[in-house]
Amino acid sequence: MKTAATLTVNGTDYPIEIDPHRSLLKAVREEIGLTGSKEGCDDSECGACMMLLDGRPVNSCSYLAMQAVGKQITTVEGLAGGLGVGALQAEFLQQGGVQCGFCTPGMLVSATALLRRNPRPTEDEVRLALAGNLCRCTGYGGIVKAVMETAAGHEPELASPPVHEARHATHRAG
Amino acid sequence: MSRSFTSAGTLDEAFAAIGAGARPVAGGTDLVVGARQGKAPLPEAIVAIDRIEALRVLDDTGGGLRIGALVTHEDVVASAAVRSRFTALADASAIVGSHATRANGTIGGNVMNASPAMDTGGPLLCLGATATLRSASGERVLSLDELWAGPGATTADAGELLTAIEVPAPAPGTGSAYVRLEYRRQMEIAVVGASAVVTLADGSVSDARVSITALSPTIRRVAEAERALVGGDGGDAGVAAAARAAAEGAAPISDVRASADYRTAMAEVVARRAIAAAIARAGGGDVPIPASDALYGA
Repeated sequence: MKTAATLTVNGTDYPIEIDPHRSLLKAVREEIGLTGSKEGCDDSECGACMMLLDGRPVNSCSYLAMQAVGKQITTVEGLAGGLGVGALQAEFLQQGGVQCGFCTPGMLVSATALLRRNPRPTEDEVRLALAGNLCRCTGYGGIVKAVMETAAGHEPELASPPVHEARHATHRAG
Repeated sequence: MSRSFTSAGTLDEAFAAIGAGARPVAGGTDLVVGARQGKAPLPEAIVAIDRIEALRVLDDTGGGLRIGALVTHEDVVASAAVRSRFTALADASAIVGSHATRANGTIGGNVMNASPAMDTGGPLLCLGATATLRSASGERVLSLDELWAGPGATTADAGELLTAIEVPAPAPGTGSAYVRLEYRRQMEIAVVGASAVVTLADGSVSDARVSITALSPTIRRVAEAERALVGGDGGDAGVAAAARAAAEGAAPISDVRASADYRTAMAEVVARRAIAAAIARAGGGDVPIPASDALYGA
């Protein structure tokens, strides 16, 4: 009972077969193979599955994949382009906004949605925008600071250090 | 029926699919989560109605409002007309779910899901909104208390779709507010909520509407609370009396989020804050949207 359909993720068309009950999250992870977005609660509470649909945030665990056909889907893999990290991701690394990393893709996507609409948010606006994303490690301080620093300095989609340099920097810092 | 999905571009396409047995989905924020939680399985045949452009329009009718059923909460709260003249609705749409819920969830879905805890319901009820239901054969207009039949239940037929919410123009000198008690600032469902729409004329309350949320099987107005306000000066004593009356109208349940006793106790607090915010706004006072945030610690 699957239907042939095309999902457009990070600018690439993926022709796949979709069960009408399949969530966008499962289609992107299991049919397309982009596993950056995570399944936490599967209940719209934790935000680990956050994607952008035509630029606006969506809890992809609770959105039917078929409803995303024809829309521009953005996942964490598409935030920086290529293998690099963007300014926002670099700030997450710099500010200690990442520990176990499970919430990070959703945090990055939610923060990107915020910064595109509100490039100079207050700290309270950042906390509100990220309040649908749960983190059980960091205590949120580093995450909020990373978003504030990005807002103060750069646009989140700006070019970035290649991924191996970013890793290197993290190891040195650690 | 075999599992199927269609996306309707027009109401006619939607009614054709519904006539063949499909059930509608708009933003999916209640339907998909509800299925996962075991409330009701996803329908085998689904028709997505979220791309019917005619239902995505919010019209400022020069006093009143006509809100297409597919207008998202994000678009409701972005409307200058809603923020200035229907402020209680802005308070509610501003705090539904998270930014993701508000980007996808629609006002029509909120109203038709008929949760006694829905945020937009109390403001719409107090503002005198009506629901326009259309089917393949015609159209009818219901008040919201005619529409809501119980938790998760409406009087709409399976062949009907909500197409619009119409809100009449408030009288001059009217202010409104919605306040909810919440444990978390986003992705929260009202523990208890209250809405108030108050009209001031010549220094006294000429009209008042008060409703309670998550405190009875459907969101409902409390006539005793309204009577306690009308004719008074809108001062603290009248507000307190009305809030007590609102709490006496509560018949809450105990569940994982709060006991019935706690809900009853908080009903008076939340009602007092909502009524006070509505009166302040009616008098030209600046109470930010959402009123819930503005009244933390009040």
